[in-house]
Amino acid sequence: MIPPQEIGPPKSSSQSPRSPSGAPFLSISVTDPVKLGNGVQAYISYRVITKTNLPEFQGPEKIVIRRYSDFVWLHDKLADKYKGIFIPPLPEKSAVEKFRFSAEFIEMRRQALDIFVNRIASHPELKQSEDLKTFLEEDEEAMERIRSFETGIFKKPADLLQMFKDVQTKVTDVVLGKEKPVEETDPEYEKLKHYIFGLEDHLTETQKQAVRLVKRHRELGQSLSEFGKAIKLLGACEGDSLGKVFAELGSKSELLSIKLQKEAHNLLMNFEEPLKDYVRCVQSIKDSFSHRANAFRLHCELTETTKLKEINLEKLNLMRSDKTREAEIEYRELKAESEEATRRFETIIKRMNEEIVRFQEQKTAEMGLAFHLFAKGQAKLANDIADAWRSVLTKIEAYSLSSGHD
Amino acid sequence: MMGSEVAFGFDSPPEIEEMESLALSDSPSTVSSLPAAISASSDGDLFISPPSALHFPLSSTASGDGGDPAPSTASSFLDPPSYADIVFSPFDSQNGDDDNGADNGSMLRRDSSPRSTRAARSDYLKISVSDPNKEQETVNSLVPGGGTYFTYLITSQMRFGSAANGDGESEPVEFSVRRRFRDVVTLANRLAEGYRGFCIPPRPDKSVVESQVMQKNEFVEQRRSALEKYLWRLAEHPVIGMSDELRVFLQAKGKLPLPTTTDVASRMLDGAVRLPKQLFGAAAQVAPQEVVQPAKGGRDLLRIFKELKQAVTIEWGGVKPLLVEEDKEFLAKKEKMQDLELQLSTASQQAEALVNAQQDVGETMGEMGLAFIKLAKFETDQGIYNSQRIRATDTKNVATAAVKASRLYRELNAQTVKHLDTLHEYLGLMLAVNNAFSERASALLTVQTLMSDLTTLNIRIDKLEAASSKIFGGDRSRLRKVEELRETIKVTEDAKSCAIREYERIKENNRNELDRLDQERKDDFLSMLKGFVINQVGYSEKVANVWATVAEETSSYARGNS
Repeated sequence: MIPPQEIGPPKSSSQSPRSPSGAPFLSISVTDPVKLGNGVQAYISYRVITKTNLPEFQGPEKIVIRRYSDFVWLHDKLADKYKGIFIPPLPEKSAVEKFRFSAEFIEMRRQALDIFVNRIASHPELKQSEDLKTFLEEDEEAMERIRSFETGIFKKPADLLQMFKDVQTKVTDVVLGKEKPVEETDPEYEKLKHYIFGLEDHLTETQKQAVRLVKRHRELGQSLSEFGKAIKLLGACEGDSLGKVFAELGSKSELLSIKLQKEAHNLLMNFEEPLKDYVRCVQSIKDSFSHRANAFRLHCELTETTKLKEINLEKLNLMRSDKTREAEIEYRELKAESEEATRRFETIIKRMNEEIVRFQEQKTAEMGLAFHLFAKGQAKLANDIADAWRSVLTKIEAYSLSSGHD
Repeated sequence: MMGSEVAFGFDSPPEIEEMESLALSDSPSTVSSLPAAISASSDGDLFISPPSALHFPLSSTASGDGGDPAPSTASSFLDPPSYADIVFSPFDSQNGDDDNGADNGSMLRRDSSPRSTRAARSDYLKISVSDPNKEQETVNSLVPGGGTYFTYLITSQMRFGSAANGDGESEPVEFSVRRRFRDVVTLANRLAEGYRGFCIPPRPDKSVVESQVMQKNEFVEQRRSALEKYLWRLAEHPVIGMSDELRVFLQAKGKLPLPTTTDVASRMLDGAVRLPKQLFGAAAQVAPQEVVQPAKGGRDLLRIFKELKQAVTIEWGGVKPLLVEEDKEFLAKKEKMQDLELQLSTASQQAEALVNAQQDVGETMGEMGLAFIKLAKFETDQGIYNSQRIRATDTKNVATAAVKASRLYRELNAQTVKHLDTLHEYLGLMLAVNNAFSERASALLTVQTLMSDLTTLNIRIDKLEAASSKIFGGDRSRLRKVEELRETIKVTEDAKSCAIREYERIKENNRNELDRLDQERKDDFLSMLKGFVINQVGYSEKVANVWATVAEETSSYARGNS
């Protein structure tokens, strides 16, 4: 659905991978879903084809096999390292549908994964991540090792430290008598949060209706098929030329049934799925909110604690205590940490501000396309319906003339 | 099953009010007037009756030029006529001449559809049923908890005959009578007796309802509407429409002057009183005048038993009766009718499912449109970035289109209901056909029974004569008995002739009616298919236009993408 993204100023037409112009490009496609494994352990594997002329990649083309959990790995790595950026969302895990693995489900997932990867590849910051390269280039076994290492019981030391720090922060809160977590009071940020939450509600509603609309198309198709059959049988009772008219009407009805099923599928892939994707994107933004909140809290705590430590140090200095040296080292460490936390927090803010602009523009383009395809599909369907019935009408008129009806 | 009482179960979607109030910037006045009219009359009344001019546009040849206004030549393939314009001729003032809104079916058909052509031959110009009124039962009714019933005002005009009105002009004479449902039952029964072998339109159901249920407006309205349809169908029937029974029903003031049918219980009682006399000799024969009516439902219990026995003998005894249904043509026809009934039933069901599915698509499209409208408004209110404003505009365009399409679907559906209703009607008519067939069978049975009686009587005479001849000088008692039997035979012969005449008459009626039905059915079905298809074409074109506009407006997003 997304044209191969280009790095650099956008060109007016989509770039062919074999373009001789030498402009940098990175184009990825997720294709060929294949069901592997048995029973409960069954899973889908995808071919991920990378075409690029960027030097940092191994070659002009690379093909690897990936499964859903690999995508999850990539997502989580990015989410961890690029806080503040709205990480492109993944399609849902869906434990139930997995069993059924309907062709439709597989196609929807494949499409969503393709969009996911390409969004990363076209994001100015994310596309430079090492994890992306790993994902695109490592062979299956290596990927599996990397993935299970991360998601296993063994957590990286850094993670443990972070968890400890979170606990520490919470304890400090309680000790300092602050039950309520500290929150930003920036009015513009408040407005943004309010907007995002409201947007999620509205989008969820439209997406729900879109799902229903797909279903309705299918049901109409079904009943047209049944109606066509019944009309044909009824026509057989009438016999002769009137019977032929019935038969024609019945056939067209069945034909339209097929067209409706097609349109239902089109509606699902090109309209409902983009809406669902929109909802997921909004949820990803909400994730960023919590990262920002955490970062803010940490920044506040550390700033607070550093200040206290500073005051304490001053006191010790004046008293010429032998603990001074120790305290000074501690203070310096804490100050560094505090500055780091503040820097992280500010990075998040900066990123979010850029991201929100990007998000709005991206969504306008994507929804615009979805609307266009929706309208086009509906127009085509209506025209097909009109054409089919029109042909029956000519038959009816021919019959009327020949049998002397008016 | 009366076709008219089939409910499609359309509920006005909850947001219908919201959708109607949306200001659609470019909606043509015709489109916006229709929904208002439909929603006004759609509460519970599924058979919205805008003038048929709306859905038979191409056959409105009132001027009699016999040609379709829209080109039906080969050139139509190159430039298909836009049925959209023709389909959407605005409402006539038809909807304006209502009294208190209840009279929404004066059944005037101004177009030249087959129905209207038949209607034009009827003696009656107009029949309408209105003004249901609750009245108190003066006599104690058998039904406990009863005591109230409804009467309906039935107004009719005859085609011929006129009277001067106050302005010195002459206008058709109008009759107004008040009738209750019981009277309708009486009418139906008298017609059934008098027109055996005809396909008499089936009357509305006689539901045994408690007085509480009777209060419900819906029930009364359904009944009113069904009565109107029923009376009109009677009027349209080439023979029954001219009947005295109908005329009397429509015109005789005061109490309906038709003999009422007493209920089954008292009939049986009367019959039971006669039975001993019949068994013991006196009235052992069937009076000739009685054979013109079927045994069942009559007072003559003995006759009922005899015919029953006869039927069983034929069925199980393997005895070939003396007269059988030999008319191969009829038998083939009968089979065809049975097949037709089966297919009609299926088609009718599927038509209903289709209509429901169409309705659902329209509804969901509308609800989705509303959700998008809300989204667009939200984005507009909260918008900071230009991209948001653009997106909000796009969203609103799509939403408006969805709501428009939704309305069009609903209108299409209302018309589809009207057309496909023909299937339901003819399914209901199958009942009439079956009745006509069973009258024939029952008349045949009467003849067979009488013939069998005669055979029996002759055998008895032979036996008696044989026994008597063995006695020297004759057996006076036996010979007397033989004389009596010969008398009986004479009467029975008369009855048999009567019965045969009746049977032949019914056969003739059957034949005529089946021919008429076949022709009418072909006409009506063709009309139905034509109307259905024209509708679909017209509305689909409109829907296509709506979406094509949006596709055009959003085409810039498709650069490079197919």
